Amino acid sequence: MAYQMHFGPVLDRAPEFVDGTINTILLSGQGIVIGLAIGLAVAIIRVEGPRWLDQIAVAYIEIIRNTPLLVQVFLFFFGLPYIGLRLSADTSAIIAISFNLGAYSAEIFRAGFLAIPKSQIEAGLALGLTRLQTIRYVVIVPALKVVFPALTGQLTLTLLGSSVVCAISANELTLAASKVESLTFRSLETFLVAGAIYVTLTFVFRFTYWLISLWLFHRKDPARFQIAGALPHGQERVEA
Amino acid sequence: MIQSFGFSSLPILLHGALWTLILSASTFVAAGIFSLIFALLRVLGPRPVRLLIAGYIELVQATPLLILLFLAYYGLSFLGYYFPPLAAAVISLTLYATAFLADIWRGCIEAIPKQQWEAADALAMSTPQKLRYVILPQAFRISLGPTVGFLVQIVKNTSVTALISFVELTRAGQLLNNMTFQPFEVFLTVAAMYFIICYPLSYYSEYLQGGKRARSST
Amino acid sequence: MPAVQLNNIKKCYGALCVLDGINLSVEPRDVVAVIGQSGSGKSTMLRCINGLEQIQGGSIDIVGHRIEPGTHSLRSLRKEVGMVFQSYNLFPHLNVAENIMLAPRVVKNVPKQEAWETAQMVLKQVGLADKVGAYPDELSGGQQQRVAIARSLAMKPKVMLFDEVTSALDPQLTGEVLKTIAELAAAGMTMILVTHEMGFARQVANRTVFMYKGQIWEEGRSEDLFAAPKTPELRSFIAPNLK
Repeated sequence: MAYQMHFGPVLDRAPEFVDGTINTILLSGQGIVIGLAIGLAVAIIRVEGPRWLDQIAVAYIEIIRNTPLLVQVFLFFFGLPYIGLRLSADTSAIIAISFNLGAYSAEIFRAGFLAIPKSQIEAGLALGLTRLQTIRYVVIVPALKVVFPALTGQLTLTLLGSSVVCAISANELTLAASKVESLTFRSLETFLVAGAIYVTLTFVFRFTYWLISLWLFHRKDPARFQIAGALPHGQERVEA
Repeated sequence: MIQSFGFSSLPILLHGALWTLILSASTFVAAGIFSLIFALLRVLGPRPVRLLIAGYIELVQATPLLILLFLAYYGLSFLGYYFPPLAAAVISLTLYATAFLADIWRGCIEAIPKQQWEAADALAMSTPQKLRYVILPQAFRISLGPTVGFLVQIVKNTSVTALISFVELTRAGQLLNNMTFQPFEVFLTVAAMYFIICYPLSYYSEYLQGGKRARSST
Repeated sequence: MPAVQLNNIKKCYGALCVLDGINLSVEPRDVVAVIGQSGSGKSTMLRCINGLEQIQGGSIDIVGHRIEPGTHSLRSLRKEVGMVFQSYNLFPHLNVAENIMLAPRVVKNVPKQEAWETAQMVLKQVGLADKVGAYPDELSGGQQQRVAIARSLAMKPKVMLFDEVTSALDPQLTGEVLKTIAELAAAGMTMILVTHEMGFARQVANRTVFMYKGQIWEEGRSEDLFAAPKTPELRSFIAPNLK
C-alpha cells in the first residue's frame, strides 16, 4: 500500500508553524543569552573563585550534565512553586534551558581560559590590570576563539533541545506541530515540515554565529587606534 | 488513585530505570555498528558515499531528536507499519546517535597521522590489514574517552521517549507524579537515578581523557 | 640487469612538473645518494619508486616489477622494497618486537617463531637487541629510526629506500643511524638514499645523483661528483655544505 503524502492540510496551518517558529527563536534566544551569562560567571568562579565557591560550581555543573534536560524542565516547572514561585510554562522553560546551557558553557569557557598561556595573564597583571580586568581585556577574546566551535555546537544542541519543553506545554515549534498534527491527522507531513524548519533554523543560527565570530575575531586596522586616540580595543567597544 | 511518594514507589522507578538502561544499551550497540561502518566509509569510501554520509550527519545533527522520534512513532505508522513505542524509540535514538558517534569516530580515525598509513603501505599491507593492525587500534584508544562521554548523552537522550509514552525512567516519574501529586519529590528522585547512572560514566570519560588532572591543578 | 630502472618518469601538478623526465639506473649492490635542494623532487622520486606517489608518465622497473601511470597493485612490489621515513613512523601502540614482526606475520604469513627469530636478528644488526620489548616512545629518535630500519629489513627486501632518515635527528643521534646504514651498504644491500648529509653521501654511496628543478642535473661516481662538479648549480649547492 503506497502512502500518498498530502502537505496541503498541513501547510494550511502555516500561521501555527510561524508562531511556533518565532516562539522557538525567542525561547532559545533568551535561554542562550541567559545561559551564556551563567556559564561565563560560573567559569570565572571556577578559574578565579575561592575553593568553596568552586566546589558549588562543580556540583552544579555535574548535576546538570548528568541528568536529562527533560527532567530538569519538570523539576523547574513543578518544583519552583514549592519555593513560592509560580511561573508560566514558558518562563519555567527559559529558566531550565538557561541553567542547562549554563553548566555546559561554563565547562567550555573554562577550557578556553585554561588554554590561554599563564604568561599572558602575568603580562596583564604586570601592566597593572586587576585579575578581572586581565580576564576582560586579555583573556576572553583569545579564549573564546579557541572554544568557539565547541560553543556554537553546544548552542545548536540547546536550540534543538528546546523542543522537549513541549512536554510542559511551553509555546514553541514542536508544541505547535503537535497541535497541527492533532488537527490534521497528517503526522508524517507535519513532523517533516517541523523538521525542515528546525534544520533551517539551525543553519540560520550557525550563520549568525559565524557573523559574530567575524565581528569578534577580525584583525583591526592599526590606523583606527590612532584616530580613536590609541584606546585598547576592548574599551573602544564598550563605548560603541 | 492517590498514594504518597515513599519507598513503596521505588519499584516503579527502578523498573523505569531498567528500561532506560535497556534502551541505552540497545541504542549504543546498534549505533556503534552503524557508526563504525559510516566512519570508515566517510574516510575511505568513494566520493559519492562520503558526501552522502556527510549529508546524513549534517541533517540529523540539525534536527531535534524529538522530531525524529515523532516521525518514527506517528509518521511511519501511516506508511502501513505499526511501530510500537520500543521500536520507534530504538530506531530514532539509533539514527540520532549514529550521526554523532560516526562523526566522533571519523575524527579519531582522521587523527591518526598520514605517515602511519604510509608506513603500513611501505610494508605491503592491504587496506583491511592496515585498518586492523595499525589504524583502528590507535583510533580505538583515542576514541575511548569521547565514546564513554557520548554514552552519557545516549542515556539522557532516552528520556525523550517518555513523550511517546514509552515507560522508561522519566515516563515512570510522570506516571508516579500523576498518582502522588508530589512532583518535586518524584522528579528529584528521578534526577538522582539518572545521576547515579551517568556520573560514573562521565567521571570515567574524563579520566580517560586526562581531564581530571587539569581539574585538580586549578 | 639493473635492480631499479626509471624510464623517463614524469609527475606534474598542472603545469608544474616536480619530476620532469627522470632516467636512472641502479645496479644490484649499488648505493645511490640523491642530493639537491628541498623542492628539487628528490623525495617525490623516492616515493614514486614504491608507489606512495603515482607517476603520470614513463615507467619504473624494480626487482622484476613494473610501475606505470595508473598501476595500483603494488603490494607484491612493496614486499621486496623496504622504505624508511624521515619521521620513523613506528606504530606507537606496538612494542619493538611487534613493530618488526607485524608485516612478516600478516603480509607474508611467516610463522610466529620464525618472525621472532628474524626480529632478533635484525635488531642485533642495528645494535638494539636489548630493546626488543620497549615501546617507541621509550626510545630516542636515533633508536626509533634504527628500529624502523630493522622493521624494514625483517621483510628481507631486495632494495631499500631511505627518505632523509636523519633530518629529524640531533647531530649526535645522526651518527648512530648513519653507522647502521653504512654497515648495510658494506653488507651489499642495494639502496637509494635521499640525504642532506654530504659527507656521508661521499663516503658511503658509490654513486651520487644531484637533482635540480625536477630533473637529474648531474650524476656520477660520488668521489668524482664531489671532487669535480661539472655544473654551476651543483657547485653552488655543495660549496657551503663542504666548507
